[in-house]
Amino acid sequence: MELKELLDQKLKEKFSGENFIFNEYRNELTLSFDKKNVVSVCKLLKEDPDLQFKLCEDITAVDWAKRKDRFTVVYHIFSLKLNLRLALKANVDEADCNIDSVCSIWKTANWHERETYDMYGIKFNNHPDLRRFYMPEEFEYHPLRKDFPLMGIPGSLPLPKK
Amino acid sequence: MGLEAKLNHEGFLTTTVDALVEWSRKNSVWPMPMGISCCAIEMMASGDPKYDIARFGSEVMRFTPRQCDLMIVAGTVTYKMSHVVKKIYDQMPDPKWVIAMGACTSSGGMYRTYSVVQGIDQFLPVDIYLAGCPPRPDNLLNALIQIQDKIGRTRAREFQDQPLPELTVIQNN
Repeated sequence: MELKELLDQKLKEKFSGENFIFNEYRNELTLSFDKKNVVSVCKLLKEDPDLQFKLCEDITAVDWAKRKDRFTVVYHIFSLKLNLRLALKANVDEADCNIDSVCSIWKTANWHERETYDMYGIKFNNHPDLRRFYMPEEFEYHPLRKDFPLMGIPGSLPLPKK
Repeated sequence: MGLEAKLNHEGFLTTTVDALVEWSRKNSVWPMPMGISCCAIEMMASGDPKYDIARFGSEVMRFTPRQCDLMIVAGTVTYKMSHVVKKIYDQMPDPKWVIAMGACTSSGGMYRTYSVVQGIDQFLPVDIYLAGCPPRPDNLLNALIQIQDKIGRTRAREFQDQPLPELTVIQNN
């Protein structure tokens, strides 16, 4: 896939010595990197004239429950110039459960990151308005974590009085 | 009703207040369409000329709770939404009735999950539980007929004005 070579070259130019892993599955390319590079990598992908990944389609996360780096934050981006999709992945550990926000690059990331924060409890540094997205503000848990029971924690969501 | 014939003949009729109130109440049930999700589509269909809820005197769906007798809760009620539903119910004047339309509203339905209230009877007094996912419009009309029967069995004195709660006067000195 030529996108892979192009990306490899661009990334090597700018980030020498950093570890980037490419993974291809069913013609879909995934790029994994360290979470500290997330903003600079995304900036490069969006602003490089040969790449132009201007559309951020989704930001979500995966909870691996027992793995050392418990969470993986996933970004799905699309290049209108190349007509190609790319997935970005960065691991986040539970002890240091935060990652830099990409709101400064894609404005649409605002709500996606709020949703991910609400469901997984991953904090996005420098986010302009990191509030819960679906659940009530006073709710204490993060429902898409693997240790959250399906039927919820009894009494955690108040009902109106009968 | 044959009422006109009576009027021509005698000019008056005798009945009880209860019977008159019941009869007028049950044939003018104004629904509050609390359409939350897909059941609301079937609720709208019951208002169209094919099913025609107007045949039962309930075509005036009011989008303010203050003019309604019957709340049709049509759709999945989440915990977050439950407060809104209750707030609207509280604004309806007495006497009032509630139809829990569809599986989600009655029991949580297929949403057996943390965010959905497993049956609105946890916070509202429900009169009719309506099966179906979603129920067909004729099923909703059946529920309405059952509500009418229920209204027919009530007595006017059951709905007399409740005494107002005593208000404490706060005096500013």
